[in-house]
Amino acid sequence: MLNKKMLMSSLSAIALTLVTNVSLALTPAEQKGLDISTESKKRDLGWQDSTADMLMLLRNKQGQESIREIKIKSLEVDNDGDKSLTIFNKPRDVKGTAFLSFSHPVEADDQWLFLPALKRVKRISSRNKSGPFMGSEFAFEDLSSFEVEKYRYKYLADEEVNGLMTFKVEQFPIDENSGYTRRIAWLDKQEYRIQKVEFYDRKNSLLKTLNFSQYKQYLNKYWRADVQNMVNHQSGKSTELQWSNYQFKTGLKESDFNRNSLKRVR
Amino acid sequence: MLLEKNKFKAAKIAPQLAWLSALFFTSAGAVEFDISTKLAVEQRYFFKDALYEQQFDHSQVSAFIESELYWSWNDGFDSIVFKPFYRVDSQDDNRQHGDIREFAYVHAADDWELRLGIRKEFWGVTEFQHLVDVINQTDGVEDFDGEDKLGQQMVNLSLVKDWGTVDVFLLPGFRERTFASEQGRLRPSLVVDKDNVTYESSAGQQHLDFAIRWAHSIGDFDIGSYWFHGTNREPVLTPSSTPSKLGEELVLQQHYNQMDQLGVDVQATLGSWLWKFEGIYRKTSDDSFVASQSGFEYSITGVFDSNLDLGLLTEYAWDSRGETDLGNSGATFQNDIFLGARLAFNDAQSSELLVGIGTDLDHSADSFLLEANRRFGDNFKASVDVRLLQSSDRFDSTYTLRDDDHAQVSVEWYF
Repeated sequence: MLNKKMLMSSLSAIALTLVTNVSLALTPAEQKGLDISTESKKRDLGWQDSTADMLMLLRNKQGQESIREIKIKSLEVDNDGDKSLTIFNKPRDVKGTAFLSFSHPVEADDQWLFLPALKRVKRISSRNKSGPFMGSEFAFEDLSSFEVEKYRYKYLADEEVNGLMTFKVEQFPIDENSGYTRRIAWLDKQEYRIQKVEFYDRKNSLLKTLNFSQYKQYLNKYWRADVQNMVNHQSGKSTELQWSNYQFKTGLKESDFNRNSLKRVR
Repeated sequence: MLLEKNKFKAAKIAPQLAWLSALFFTSAGAVEFDISTKLAVEQRYFFKDALYEQQFDHSQVSAFIESELYWSWNDGFDSIVFKPFYRVDSQDDNRQHGDIREFAYVHAADDWELRLGIRKEFWGVTEFQHLVDVINQTDGVEDFDGEDKLGQQMVNLSLVKDWGTVDVFLLPGFRERTFASEQGRLRPSLVVDKDNVTYESSAGQQHLDFAIRWAHSIGDFDIGSYWFHGTNREPVLTPSSTPSKLGEELVLQQHYNQMDQLGVDVQATLGSWLWKFEGIYRKTSDDSFVASQSGFEYSITGVFDSNLDLGLLTEYAWDSRGETDLGNSGATFQNDIFLGARLAFNDAQSSELLVGIGTDLDHSADSFLLEANRRFGDNFKASVDVRLLQSSDRFDSTYTLRDDDHAQVSVEWYF
């Protein structure tokens, strides 16, 4: 019943986007870019909720490493962006810090931070999309959930990446607070999984490249990469994300994503 | 069908079972345990000689340890936390002290939470003064910003409704504020007496305090409001003579009266702007007054084409009691303005710099603070703090601290 409702609502959402875009008279390349992105999102709907552990390895030019250990709980929300709870375990001085986010496709996200030393919950500005997450090469916007409405699209070409045939699609952020003029994403034709993304800064020069590897399929449907490697070409630094313990449909509810749970969560 | 029936039955008794297991059998396999500790060494240096005879002159070395032991079961819906703290100090006997910051059991359900034991509860939105924060007593010897708190015993029931969260607090066991000893810096000219404390309530420290708070997020607004009835956390300090080794000695005697307080806190988060307001109405047998702290925080991300974030803060404090002068015991922040800048470097070491100034618009009293910190390696953090205080108005509380300008370097080790 729930699945049916979700399918209906996602279908209507897709229909709506299509209708809106038709009225804007997209070029064939733009239409194809949008269709690919819509299909990619559609294939990842219905996971309901998930939990996962993330290890972040920050490397500077000299090869020195520092690590971040993070747990992420997410809840899929119909007709809106996901809700997520991010819990920090390492570095140890920020252990117990937690971050609650209600993301929205177009509007600004609602975000709260829990500071364990003061036991203080602070509502924070979500304007800082382009800023680095925990000093890493990932910006906040690189880690937020993918929503079709966040970009305009243009299909560029078919190319081979990581030994797979892919669609090469250019993505232009709608939000003026984005740190990028555009991104170029490569999605494999077989499963519509993102294989690689290039990020172009506000001056439109190549800033970063993100590579996805070791994809695994969960519940016979949802693909997640175990490793994401971001290289910053301008600073020479890089950050590798290593994901583990992915679990879906664990029974998380709305009540696991409020200020009380933010204060309690570990 | 049979399966369905059993499932129904199981669902019905499951909550009771969970509750029982929470209280009695913490089925060993499911209990998760975690311990983390913070060990810090601090060196303070006061630039000027002491103002009062018995005080130490320049250097103060101190160290503290704070551990957190955490047990959880039932998928984290039941937990116990124990957080002891102890500080040693080279100069100030009162600063050498210990406290149980937390020792509490928490049970969480879908739309309610019960929290029992010693805990810390913070309310408020502003940065330079925490007017509405009222549950825990200030651990005054820790630091003079008043942000360190003593653990408070409580029974706290939290109910999550569509129209907001309601928290009910029963607070037995009042804690007296901590003050610097005779040898300590950052104190008034007279020493605050730890003994001979008086209370308005005949129940004294055993008075059962009560608070109820509603908090809700509506769109861009986060709103909270509460009523507190019980022992005022702020003592009235009155000079009195007490017997000492040398005969009679003049000290400040602590008196805690009863109070009723209404509080409101609001934050509007609008793009890069955070608009903040805190207001209280307090009624005691001595007086009643209104006070507020309001202002904004504006953030600029990626300043100077870098990864740096700059936050600009402005806050204004007002108090209906007015300034303290001959014949009027007023408030410390009655017409004061605060300006601050926070620079976050967003580097791998999480380097941060905060600079703030406060000034009284009615009379001479200024303060300056600088806080800088960064991580070293994965488990160490170093901080530098500078505090400068100035006043030529002998009724201002800063006047007694005018020679207490100091810098502090601290290193914290997390393991």
